[in-house]
Amino acid sequence: MDSKTLSTLYRSMLRIRLVELRIAELYPEQEMRCPVHLCVGQEAIAAGVSANLRQIDHAYSGHRSHGHYLAKGGDLRAMMAEIYGKATGCCSGKGGSMHLVDLEAGFVGATPIVGSTIAIGVGDAFAASLRGEDRVTVIYHGEGAIEEGVFHEAVDFAVLRSLPVVFVCENNLFSVYSPMSVRQPVGREVCSVAAGHGIEAAQGDGNNVAEVHEMAGRAIAKARGGQGPSFLEFKTYRWLEHCGPDYDNDIGYREPAEFELWKGRDPLPRTEKALLASGAITSSALDEMAAEVRAEMDDAVAFAKSSPFPDPALLATNVYAGSKEMEAVR
Amino acid sequence: MSRELKYAQALREALDLCMEKDPNVYVIGLGAPDPKGIFGTTVGLQKKYGEKRVMDMPTAENGMTGVAIGSALMGMRPVTTHQRIDFALLAMEQIVNQAAKWHYMFDGKLSVPMVIRLIIGRGWGQGPQHSQSLQAWFAHVPGLRVVMPTTAHDAKGLLISAIEDDNPVIFIEHRWLHNVTGLVPEGVYRVPIGKARVMRKGSDVSIVATSYMALEALRAAELLDGDGISAEVIDVRSIRPWDEDLILDSVRQTGRVVVADTGWRSVGFAGEVVARIAEECLTDLKAAPVRVTLPDVPTPTSWALANHYYPRADDIAAAAQRTLGRARAGKPISTLVSATPLDVPDSSFTGPF
Repeated sequence: MDSKTLSTLYRSMLRIRLVELRIAELYPEQEMRCPVHLCVGQEAIAAGVSANLRQIDHAYSGHRSHGHYLAKGGDLRAMMAEIYGKATGCCSGKGGSMHLVDLEAGFVGATPIVGSTIAIGVGDAFAASLRGEDRVTVIYHGEGAIEEGVFHEAVDFAVLRSLPVVFVCENNLFSVYSPMSVRQPVGREVCSVAAGHGIEAAQGDGNNVAEVHEMAGRAIAKARGGQGPSFLEFKTYRWLEHCGPDYDNDIGYREPAEFELWKGRDPLPRTEKALLASGAITSSALDEMAAEVRAEMDDAVAFAKSSPFPDPALLATNVYAGSKEMEAVR
Repeated sequence: MSRELKYAQALREALDLCMEKDPNVYVIGLGAPDPKGIFGTTVGLQKKYGEKRVMDMPTAENGMTGVAIGSALMGMRPVTTHQRIDFALLAMEQIVNQAAKWHYMFDGKLSVPMVIRLIIGRGWGQGPQHSQSLQAWFAHVPGLRVVMPTTAHDAKGLLISAIEDDNPVIFIEHRWLHNVTGLVPEGVYRVPIGKARVMRKGSDVSIVATSYMALEALRAAELLDGDGISAEVIDVRSIRPWDEDLILDSVRQTGRVVVADTGWRSVGFAGEVVARIAEECLTDLKAAPVRVTLPDVPTPTSWALANHYYPRADDIAAAAQRTLGRARAGKPISTLVSATPLDVPDSSFTGPF
């Protein structure tokens, strides 16, 4: 991979990492009054996949969507304001962290019911296929979603209709606190479950951004070329608790040694080392990059904090499309 | 120019006209293009519009509802069809969490213009899982519209309105209505969602009825007429939103009301109507409202049991009499209904569904 691309990927990951850590840092202030599912440790997947997407391509996600939204070009100010429940948020405060949207960036939507957006994303691709529109849809989901019926129903249809869609499975080994061992038979690979549907399925290192970029690039090019859907499983690990800002290795559902092992595979230092070794970038340039990202974050947080809350009149707007007269709350 | 058409033919005509008018409209459902064509409502449409517009689907109600939602977000107008409402329960997650919410939770940035056709029924041994009338489930959810046309005229006009609406519309058809004929205008016309209709004017008691119960209510009004009672019959047509203005006005004038719904009694649509009446025009009431609904029991299969399960015109008439403080003359219903199967709408119906 050329250094310029790698540097772009690094910046994308760094931005996600720093935003998530800033949310974790601010969360105890009790001003972000909605659940947050942070993706610290998993940034390489969003960064590596999205770098292959055009603005007109679409992305969907689930509960842990901040990284996917940001990597696709989602507006940081609108995301922070949304988490703070402000009128300037991407959903005017009606969605919160679990419902991000930025149509201009092609991030169509995220919802937290596990697996639900998989079918909806396939429907997006179906519309593109019916109308002959040039668009690839990427659907991010966790490995828990492959246990949902809707995953199988949606993959089946994508294969049946050869739709331009890429399923990106982030396998972080836990569904909330439930490990793979209580959910899947020993030795069964997520990737092979998908392959049973006749979809081209591959497995990769989700903490290696170059590998993610390369594999996603092939799958996306294939979809764009009308060659049908692909399923990519990326093994990774979430560092923080399932929901919330803290580390929770002390509560006993996973081994600290397992966490340390994965922390050692942190995608950021890996990439940083490669960049410095290639000589394409200096450590002072990396510092500058971090400073830029921090400045953008400071601005977004200040924007969110200083934004007004939604007017109570917004409570009952947009319940129905195009029919203000039916929205009166009695 | 109006012609006599069956309800099913009227639905087919609505689909045909909408597909002709808007290339974004497509029809999808298990069996939609099969020779029986969803009780005749989709017959011949695939031949006319091709496989990209009228299509079958995998037996995957939830996933395919999600697919339809995703396509609707992108501007398509899917009309999905389930041969029984009971099968659509597999899709409740997509309908309630997704279709009903995307417009609101993303504050108007996206909308889900889709129609979900659901068929309810009665009789012919449909039993516990092929016969439920679950309109109240759907109508409980903000973001969904729910309609239940009774006449062929309204079936066509409401389906056109539903397809053109920018929201998810639950379109509930009663199997016993598919073969009922009525005058249906040619061409495109719309019956507005949210408007009830007075089927018969009357002054002593208002009978507010949904779907097939509206036909039973008309029969009840005939019976009541024989007893010297003038009943007003209102076909609710839309369950969400429902026409509070028209219904409350009628109740204010008659002071008496019977609500006849195809669903169960407890926590149902009939209860909702009675609640609004109590809130809005209690002092206009001359008698306590009466609900005529299914008993709170799953549907039995044998006609010998089902005969005692479904309320009919006699029950509605008896309920109306109650609001007037009278008992209806003649034999009690229970002795009338035990002798023969009452599991078909008329003698032309020979099953199976």
